Amino acid sequence: MDKTERIAYQVTEVPCSTRPLLYDDGLCIGCNRCASVCQCDILLPSPEKGKHPVVMYPGECYYCGACVMVCPKPGAIRLVHPLMNQAKFVPVKG
Amino acid sequence: MTHTYEWPYANEAGMEETITSDVLVLGGGLSGCFAAIAAARRGQSVVLVEKGATERSGSAGTGFDHWESACTNPCSGVTPEEIANAYVREQDWYSNGIAHYIECREGYDRLLDLESFGGKIRDTEGEFAGAEFRDEETKLMFAYDYKNKFTLRVWGSTFKPALVKEMKRLGVRIMDRTEATALLVSPCGGREEGAGTQEEGPARLRGAGAMGMDVHTGKFYIFRSKATVLCMSRPARVWLFNPDTVGLCEFRPMQSIGSGHAMGWRAGMEFTMMEKSVRAEFSAAGRSFPPYGAGNNHNTWYAATMVDARGVEIPYVDRDGRELSSVSERYYPARGQKFFLKGGVIDNPKYEYRGPETLDFETLMERGYQLPFYADLSRMPEMERKVIWGMMVGEEAKTKIPIYQNYTERGFDPKKHMLQSYGTGWQSANFLEQERQFFGAPGGVMHDWDLKTNIDGIYAAGDQLYASDCAGFACATGYYAGRKAAGCAASQAELPPYQGEDAVAEKKRLLAPLFVKEEEGISWKELNMAISKAMQNYCGGVRCEALLLEGLDLLRQFETEWAPKLTASNPHDLMRIHEVLDILTVSQIVLHASLARKSSSEPLFFKRSDYPQMDPEQDRMHIVIRQENGQVKERRIPLDFFGSLQEEYEKRNQDYMKEVGMRG
Repeated sequence: MDKTERIAYQVTEVPCSTRPLLYDDGLCIGCNRCASVCQCDILLPSPEKGKHPVVMYPGECYYCGACVMVCPKPGAIRLVHPLMNQAKFVPVKG
Repeated sequence: MTHTYEWPYANEAGMEETITSDVLVLGGGLSGCFAAIAAARRGQSVVLVEKGATERSGSAGTGFDHWESACTNPCSGVTPEEIANAYVREQDWYSNGIAHYIECREGYDRLLDLESFGGKIRDTEGEFAGAEFRDEETKLMFAYDYKNKFTLRVWGSTFKPALVKEMKRLGVRIMDRTEATALLVSPCGGREEGAGTQEEGPARLRGAGAMGMDVHTGKFYIFRSKATVLCMSRPARVWLFNPDTVGLCEFRPMQSIGSGHAMGWRAGMEFTMMEKSVRAEFSAAGRSFPPYGAGNNHNTWYAATMVDARGVEIPYVDRDGRELSSVSERYYPARGQKFFLKGGVIDNPKYEYRGPETLDFETLMERGYQLPFYADLSRMPEMERKVIWGMMVGEEAKTKIPIYQNYTERGFDPKKHMLQSYGTGWQSANFLEQERQFFGAPGGVMHDWDLKTNIDGIYAAGDQLYASDCAGFACATGYYAGRKAAGCAASQAELPPYQGEDAVAEKKRLLAPLFVKEEEGISWKELNMAISKAMQNYCGGVRCEALLLEGLDLLRQFETEWAPKLTASNPHDLMRIHEVLDILTVSQIVLHASLARKSSSEPLFFKRSDYPQMDPEQDRMHIVIRQENGQVKERRIPLDFFGSLQEEYEKRNQDYMKEVGMRG
């Protein structure tokens, strides 16, 4: 397996049609709790210490909200449904 | 603009480590956590392997809201025998009698465990004091059938972190971000008895653990154990795939693949009912809306008031068609009915078990009701409104943040707004016949009364089992399999041997895509897309021999010509690749199972154009399949093979019954 050790890992953001997670730079403390709890492992710790993780694989988000639940700074991370999934509600009738 | 980054974790490709334990648990969802706890309580050393992060992984990682079949809770008006047998009959015997009985008999004990670990199972703060569904003495809260009180409303978002804390306290070694990829199995001579069948039984096999890799570093692991519990998910993404928003393809988590099914099949494990699939009902939002995020009156939203476009209320009727005049009546059995079933696997229940429901769509159209429909909680009594919007929507998986918090931020107020329902049913989506899904008690591992598979030393629980359904099922069967595995491990002095060449081959297989150059290779998404299209074409709503054989031929081509071209540049890609290869294996199991059943079946949602006869008596059987030396073998097992539920259970669980009795 010597051959393997010479292969350096690389990772490139894989964009998709949606942006499931939005960070607020002013609130995020870069603790990476969101990255460590994500069961789909779509977040990678930022190369810059103290910054929010990189949403490397947004298309793999399954919108469970665990990252928001675990965040110690409310508002630092927000989960946003794709536009097509914003269910409609209207004032009650009668 | 896309950026390329350095991989933030260590590069351990090529490295390997052997980890030993008495009991190995594969999968860290509810069933895996309970299997680990049961084995650790019996003094066994336990390793738990989880591909995600156990704190919130699995189908109920972020919560669940109702716990079914808690027949032994102090308020219950039904017995475990009544409910387990009702499930068996409701599903025309294509049901997991053993597992359902375990759920009915032991499920409430697991809830008490969860409470002792710090989970919330009752309304201790009196938030719902005085509500019709709350028992004032125990503070337990009930859903569906308020008379018989066997489904509990629980605060499931507190459960996974509590389970992790307890496992750590018990010394379970939790290996997060580790993907189990293959079982270690060796032949041990002779054959199993082909119980109740004419066919010869499978060759005797002995489990010796499993293999896998760290999905952050690429390190290879050999897990040696005296007993192993498979607690992985039901299969997914066999027919449904969207390469853009992969995470929204299916109902269950993106990580849930059916890898336990795939590695079991490769190792010679027996499966049943894998020919069963339903026209898809729910994606995590691809074609549907976010689960529990559109107006409806099922499951989490039962029994919400529904109105039509004009604001006219849609009536609820009992099983005899009698219109109900109050909200309260929606939660009680009909005249002359002892109890009704609702929840996990009950779509169109038989008359005997049918509960109150809104009028069916056709009748509504005839009577002039107009689309769209809405859920209007403002018309419900305060406690019913509050428990649906705020507790059930809030505690059910994927609702606390995605629905409750997001919709509230968007301005939704259940007293002022009604939420739209799309299409004609609770799914808020319409799929095509060939877009299929493992939903509503699908196929899985065949097992005996110990939840042991045909491979000695390997047990299974939760969604790994055939005809599984909900969270209570997962917890109860997980604990049961864990204690049986602990018994197996305790009876052995030594770790069973394994074949070293199997580990060498698996390590090579796992790392191979790293050596395929990106410009010469294909991505896991391309292969998944091809598999799902093939399955829609060759194994859709209607099947026949020639079509199924063509399908198998195509999948074999994928395996031999295309799988070696899969390319990865880091362990995350490797993980996704091996998931899709597992999906490829699962698809083959489905094709083989479909070939083996030479008739059509209503309970299995299975149509053969070359064998159109529905459910002929000779085929009302489990047609159990396995792989042996590249050949598919089958044997038939009677649907009632589990015998008398209470008697067979009590024969084998005197120790547990004493334990529970002592706890009081």
